[in-house]
Amino acid sequence: MLTLTQRSVASPFSWTRLRPYLQVMPLVAVMMVFVVAPLCFVVAVSFFRYDNFEVIPDFSLENYQSVLTSHLTLSLYLTMLKLAAFTWVFTLLIGFSVAYFLVFHVRNRTVAIGLFLLCTVPFWTSNVIRMISWLPLLGKQGVINSALMFLGLTDKPLTFLLFSDFSVIVSYVHLFTIFMIVPIFNTMSRIDRSLFEAATDAGAGRFGTLVLVVLPLTKSGIVLGSIFVVTLVMGDFYVVRVMSGGTDASVVSAMYDDISTLLFPHAAASAVILVTLLTLMVAAILRVVNVRGELTGGR
Amino acid sequence: MATAVSRANPPGPDRRPWTFYALGAVFAGYVAFLYGPMLCIYVLSFQGPRGALAFPMRGLSLFWFRQLLFQADTGDILGALSRSLPLALIVMTLTVLISLAAGLAFRSRFRGSGALFYLVIASLVAPGYVLSIGIGLMFQLLGFETSWYTSALGAQLSWTLPFGLLIMFAIFGRFSSAYEEAARDLGASSAQSMWLVVVPILLPGMIAVALFGFTLSYDEFARTLQTTGATNTVPIEIWSMTQNVTSPSIYALGTLTTALSFLVIGTALTSIGVIQKRRINRAKTLAGA
Repeated sequence: MLTLTQRSVASPFSWTRLRPYLQVMPLVAVMMVFVVAPLCFVVAVSFFRYDNFEVIPDFSLENYQSVLTSHLTLSLYLTMLKLAAFTWVFTLLIGFSVAYFLVFHVRNRTVAIGLFLLCTVPFWTSNVIRMISWLPLLGKQGVINSALMFLGLTDKPLTFLLFSDFSVIVSYVHLFTIFMIVPIFNTMSRIDRSLFEAATDAGAGRFGTLVLVVLPLTKSGIVLGSIFVVTLVMGDFYVVRVMSGGTDASVVSAMYDDISTLLFPHAAASAVILVTLLTLMVAAILRVVNVRGELTGGR
Repeated sequence: MATAVSRANPPGPDRRPWTFYALGAVFAGYVAFLYGPMLCIYVLSFQGPRGALAFPMRGLSLFWFRQLLFQADTGDILGALSRSLPLALIVMTLTVLISLAAGLAFRSRFRGSGALFYLVIASLVAPGYVLSIGIGLMFQLLGFETSWYTSALGAQLSWTLPFGLLIMFAIFGRFSSAYEEAARDLGASSAQSMWLVVVPILLPGMIAVALFGFTLSYDEFARTLQTTGATNTVPIEIWSMTQNVTSPSIYALGTLTTALSFLVIGTALTSIGVIQKRRINRAKTLAGA
């Protein structure tokens, strides 16, 4: 008790007041040097000009004009929005079902944690390897086509399985569903079970309980998962490149092509536009849902 | 009546409801979808010398592993490993230390904590390749050379630290500062209470952060691509192989790198399990005494 009073009357520049600032210093330093500063450089370079593969400091809007007036840009964004929408729907359906099963149907806590880890382990392995692991399954002589032909369901191999939007979406769902499962699982675990009794007593059926109790209480988890999935898809370039067989391009893979040919200012302008759009989208979502309270446990 | 038995499990009485089987099937399907393709490439990597990229298996050998490790035209795998492993260890250590310190700080609302929190989330959801370009440009324009132990290290920290911090939030959400108060009342100095009380309590969580730090660094691709300089890390080596290698040696690399990941994951999860078990036993002994 004595220590408590002593601390509360300590001078404003005491060690206890200063301590949190010292403790976050390393984090702030990394964020400033490797996130804020690089983004500033991207913004600065987006106004530069380039000539014969040389970057010339300047203030020009040429790059933005070139990116914004190109038909390619619009079609890239439309492609990515389409892929993101499909991926979002599938990851949400699977993520919600998996989380619901683990939280409400598995009765033994240890088993639930074990099954949860089973879903998480692949996340800790290489994404690039997980992506190419679809090649022997979806190819013309792949497992799925062989099985379909063996069963007599088709006489020639289905070509839409690989190097198509289909294989790109399959890979996205494979890689990103975990980002939906974890936040939904977290929010669902916090639902007070007695609410189910209350809902049943009030006459709600299984479906009514789901819509009126579970969905509203898992909203923040769903929103958080959706932010992760959509930003991951919009920021992707290697899945779309490899799994579409080079036919599809994404906003970021177009940047990659610019960088390969040293068109840094052009790529930078495109990056600024993408980041601005993503920020606006996330900000709009955050106005509706208190994600900070969610992530920090209500503090 | 129904309410009495549904206490343990919301959606129904002791007989499993049909939704249990339906969702159980979805879960099983998802796990098969998750692991099936990976299993395929592990199996295919053990083919004989005439093997191809698809089934059926043509023979059984370690041929493609030898090709991968000792054949120059498939790339410099050992060199890539000799960079990726130390890098992952450095990132892991820094992630644990920086997240722990920041997690301690975030227990009180300091000035700017809100802005910092959103900055960390921005670092998590920002397109990795955009940050990669930014860091690459910054080093280039400031006249520094990019390398795996400077620019790539920082780029990877921008990816691992958000995860580390979020895990720390989850841990501190359940951590009672009463332990620290007790330690202080018993005469422990600030450093002693940190080292003898706080760190041991948080140890399982810190192992989890270490696991994320290591594996996310070891497999990081987009943020490393423009920041690693002239020499490659393992994921970038794999990426360049997807562009030009069409033999099962790429599957061999997949098997090899995943085996390493599994080793790390297994070690981390086992040690967390052992610590938790020891705690439960200790609590039981104390309760018995």
